[in-house]
Amino acid sequence: MIPSGFEYHRPSDLPTAVKILDEHGDEARVLAGGHSIIPMMKLRMADLSHLIDLQDVASLKEVSVAGDTVTIGAMVTQAELISNDALAKAAPILREAALQIADPQVRYVGTVGGNVANGDPGNDMPGLMQCLGATYVLYGSDGEREVDAREFYEAAYMTARADNEILTHIKIKATTAGYAYEKQKRKIGDYATAAAAVLIEQSGGKVTSASIAMTNLSDTPIHSTGAGDALVGTACDAAAISSAIAAMQADILPNEDNRGPIEFKRHVAATMLRRAIERAWSRA
Amino acid sequence: MKDLTEDQIERAAKLKGMGTSRKRVEDVRFTQGKGNYVDDIKLDGMLFGDFVRSPYAHARVKSINIEEAMKVPGVVAVLTAKDLEPLSLHWMPTLAGDKQMVLADGKVLFQGQEVAFVVASDRYAAADAVELVEVDYEELPVIVNPFEALKSDVVLREDIKDETSGAHGPRNHHNHIFTWTEGNEAATEQAIDSAEVVAEEMVYYHRTHPCPLETCGTVASMDKVTGKLTVWGTFQAPHVVRTVASLLSGIEEHNIRVISPDIGGGFGNKVGVYPGYICAIVASIVTGKPVKWIEDRMDNLMATAFARDYWMKGRISATKDGKITGLHCHVTADHGAFDACADPTKFPAGFFHICTGSYDIPAAFVKVDGVYTNKAPGGVAYRCSFRVTEAAYFIERMIEVLAIELNMDAAELRRINFIRADQFPYQSALGWEYDSGDYHTAWDKALKAVDYEGLRKEQAQRIEDFKAGKTRKLLGIGLTHFTEIVGAGPVKNCDILGMGMFDSCEIRIHPTGSAIARLGTISQGQAHATTFAQILATETGIPADSITIEEGDTDTAPYGLGTYGSRSTPVAGAATALAGRKIRAKAQMIAAYLLEVHDDDVEWDVDRFSVKGAPERFKTMKEIAYAAYNQAIPGLEPGLEAVSYYDPPNMTYPFGAYICVMEVDVDTGQWDIRQFYALDDCGTRINPMVIDGQVHGGVTEALAIAMGQEIAYDDMGNVKTGTLMDFFLPTAWEVPNYTTDHTVTPSPHHPIGAKGVGESPNVGGVPAFSNAVHDAFRAFGLRQSHMPHDHWRIWKIASDLGLHA
Amino acid sequence: MSKMHIKLTVNGQEHEMLAEPRELLIHTLRERLNITGPHIGCETSHCGACTVDLNGKSVKACTVFAAQANGAEIKTIEGFAGPDGLHVLQDKFREHHGLQCGFCTPGMITRAYRLLQENPNPTEEEVRFGMAGNLCRCTGYQNIVKSIMAAAAEMNTAKEAAE
Repeated sequence: MIPSGFEYHRPSDLPTAVKILDEHGDEARVLAGGHSIIPMMKLRMADLSHLIDLQDVASLKEVSVAGDTVTIGAMVTQAELISNDALAKAAPILREAALQIADPQVRYVGTVGGNVANGDPGNDMPGLMQCLGATYVLYGSDGEREVDAREFYEAAYMTARADNEILTHIKIKATTAGYAYEKQKRKIGDYATAAAAVLIEQSGGKVTSASIAMTNLSDTPIHSTGAGDALVGTACDAAAISSAIAAMQADILPNEDNRGPIEFKRHVAATMLRRAIERAWSRA
Repeated sequence: MKDLTEDQIERAAKLKGMGTSRKRVEDVRFTQGKGNYVDDIKLDGMLFGDFVRSPYAHARVKSINIEEAMKVPGVVAVLTAKDLEPLSLHWMPTLAGDKQMVLADGKVLFQGQEVAFVVASDRYAAADAVELVEVDYEELPVIVNPFEALKSDVVLREDIKDETSGAHGPRNHHNHIFTWTEGNEAATEQAIDSAEVVAEEMVYYHRTHPCPLETCGTVASMDKVTGKLTVWGTFQAPHVVRTVASLLSGIEEHNIRVISPDIGGGFGNKVGVYPGYICAIVASIVTGKPVKWIEDRMDNLMATAFARDYWMKGRISATKDGKITGLHCHVTADHGAFDACADPTKFPAGFFHICTGSYDIPAAFVKVDGVYTNKAPGGVAYRCSFRVTEAAYFIERMIEVLAIELNMDAAELRRINFIRADQFPYQSALGWEYDSGDYHTAWDKALKAVDYEGLRKEQAQRIEDFKAGKTRKLLGIGLTHFTEIVGAGPVKNCDILGMGMFDSCEIRIHPTGSAIARLGTISQGQAHATTFAQILATETGIPADSITIEEGDTDTAPYGLGTYGSRSTPVAGAATALAGRKIRAKAQMIAAYLLEVHDDDVEWDVDRFSVKGAPERFKTMKEIAYAAYNQAIPGLEPGLEAVSYYDPPNMTYPFGAYICVMEVDVDTGQWDIRQFYALDDCGTRINPMVIDGQVHGGVTEALAIAMGQEIAYDDMGNVKTGTLMDFFLPTAWEVPNYTTDHTVTPSPHHPIGAKGVGESPNVGGVPAFSNAVHDAFRAFGLRQSHMPHDHWRIWKIASDLGLHA
Repeated sequence: MSKMHIKLTVNGQEHEMLAEPRELLIHTLRERLNITGPHIGCETSHCGACTVDLNGKSVKACTVFAAQANGAEIKTIEGFAGPDGLHVLQDKFREHHGLQCGFCTPGMITRAYRLLQENPNPTEEEVRFGMAGNLCRCTGYQNIVKSIMAAAAEMNTAKEAAE
């Protein structure tokens, strides 16, 4: 497993990085942690002439929590996400989910930006960011623009990011909502058979808001507004949870793969969601 | 045996001989990264070879164009079947008496098959050129199911389509390889026909792969000046490789040196001879330079070896109170595109006929049909003696099914059918002579250790709770009592490519009393350098720390058949003990001379010979060794060396009792191993620490196989499990702690009573895990569900039983 | 493709070289620098046999370009034993039979080292979770876990004695 040759660039600022992207069009890709793209290159399923390593762009490694606005640089690794106490306080679901991604070595290198920008339906962060209502900051030669994570994913590996743009930051609102990330996988290092991200806010024993997103159950992550809506106003009782699950089922479209057939995945999706709702509710 | 005195105990302890948990001598190198594995070898001017592989499972190769590939800087040659044909090396004989394409000769028969061999300055250039070799394929219909293969008009092996007979007798269809039978069919049918109870079931043991962490590879170096070919490689049987290389190449055997360096796990994967080895050798002969070939993980999973893929249709009969009267088994064996199974020549289904297991079954019959399909060739013994794990799985499933049929406790059913201790040596209905065993003792110990009755009560309660909606988890208790057959084997009926399956040890005692011993086997992690020295320490009185063990270099080691099928301890271990005894015999004469007494007047005393009745008069082995070299002793040659070639009189029959307690989540199919108890009886125990390590590792491999590991194909013959994302190797997170235990029933025919243990945990582990899954659902009506028991298949069991309603 | 100038500090020693950007760090170490302790097992970042310590992180060297590691400090299994003998992890792996064929061992020990740097008092569960990026086909992990727990205990005892 040997990749084809390419030119390597290591710019130290974003304008330079974007200039290289502009120059080479779809022949070029940015490199974050590389743990998605490098295996693809080694299998010669991704053939690129230019690789733009972002590790020297210092601004992409920053995490800031200002008031209730959390900004996470794209080059922040999963390991940093886990160890950052300010983040864990502002949005504890991040740590819970990141711990379920890949394995320790991969988490040291794998970045949150790479995970959300790649568009791999197996990645956990996209669904999580949809659940959190995150905003992605994209930077290109025309400047910066923001895209809602819930609008970002078009199909497997197809996103709203233009070829000459770089996803630089992720913005989320700090949340005290009850949370849970439930993921079933075959073993450590595997993608989800099904995973559910749930945030629930309550007041006086009734759900005031609920956000639900599912991972690896369609060719994009699925933010199921119907599922969330089904919980609002209820006491998160069995009937409400069943309605939420039914709404989620209407939104997902799983494929058969080595993890199992469609009916199994739907069943596991339901089980993950049920457990996530129950756990999030218990923390709400 | 006399009780040892305190002094003797102290001296024995210093030897670190048999029975001590001696720390491994290998580890000082390995823990520092100073192992020397084949990919670590670097020679001046070395080239690197890489394969162009078929993307199709069945296709005609219309043309191969190497022009663009040859233009890649650094590329030296691209070999195709046309280049090998003049040397008659475009096909090679397999271990099973078939032949296999080295490079695609007109067609390809499985995905990943070797089509062309690129030789370049380094692996990067080779990989670039592989991509540029243009192969024009015409796709042909693909068959991945052996039952379909036997009905299909599609001829897979056109080269032998008109041959009505193969290496193992008549063929009844162009995709049929052989039919092999053992036992008395009429008596078995009669027993089953007249039985009070009969259970019938199809038991499938899926296709999997040994997948050692180090893949296969080689470095071949032809020295054109000396005419000597040196081949380093991941060879579990280096001496056999040398002989085969000589027969194929025409190079005289003394001009070939085969070296197995450190091997990063074998588990059967490294027994076979693969096209990569042949191509590297040819490329080195052609270019005059050393050529390295190292397969990548996808190559490994797709092309070199597979294991199992046995469809076992069974019928078992019993009286209504559970005494088994007959066992019938018909196996449809998927051998893939070429019959490259690694079995002793006379046994095309290996030792599958150990499938009566631990039970006294008066009538039994086995029939095995080998079939070609568009899947990789191989059929290696993945951490088991030849097809023994299939046999153990079959009988342990059939016992469970019979227990269901009889509405009987499966532990009790086993107990009433065990071969009794007083029946050994026991003649099985399928022709084996079991050497020794005490199954009832082992079984009772195991059941007591896990509180079997308590577990059953807990399970009953769990079932009630489940029915009452209080839990969604079921409890499975997986029982297994297995009997292995290892230590192949007696030369009278065991050979590989005509080479008898003896093994060997050569010992040289140095004048100062330390020693080197060389064996025909090769360790792949089994700690031979540690444990064989322990056997010798006990036999010769030389401390194990003063004995170097060497294996794997055919220029220095005595000829042997290698390490697989748990044969090292039963065969080479016996050779080692006997060579040690030859040393001792000569040492006795020397000691008697030095002590000025008759030979018969001295006796062995741990590490010395002493005068009978006067233990204060003695000569230590160290003193004897010095004298052997430096003192003229009338009637004796100088020196102290011995060689032993050991042809075992019988196989050995290790056994064990394993119990797995598993929680199963009916909604997700997830499982959790709550407890795993492994009792092994491998006869005399040489190094308990190493034995425990073997059991931990073997049970973990069994867990992987039973719970998720498979080589799966789609209908087009594409391998669906080609990387370690999809091919299940559990991590430390999924694996439990195991409890190990033992009984000791020595082998009566083995010089030190040892039986071998490396493969028992895989053989016994797989049915224990699988039976636990089945047992969890027994109360809800499950009889049989095929492995691997991954999440969705377990979920499917629950779904089919209506547990999701 | 043009070659680039790469500088690595491996086990305290500086190395400079010209390499194609696509060269994988594992090949740089093994082929150029003859540091053959880290092994290649799966090539898709699942097995961890190639684990090295790169700028204080456990990294799978089969999935890192040498170009990315340019300027990095790397520690491999070859950097553990000192003039006083084996590192305590090496010693404990030997004592508790934490290895068999030895192929995964360099990656295991290198990873365990970083784990214990970050969590000097791990529970068994934390060890199993922290070692889940390294596959072993021989040991079933039981003795690996035991070795790491024993090493942690000894390192802590030594630290307390020093304080």
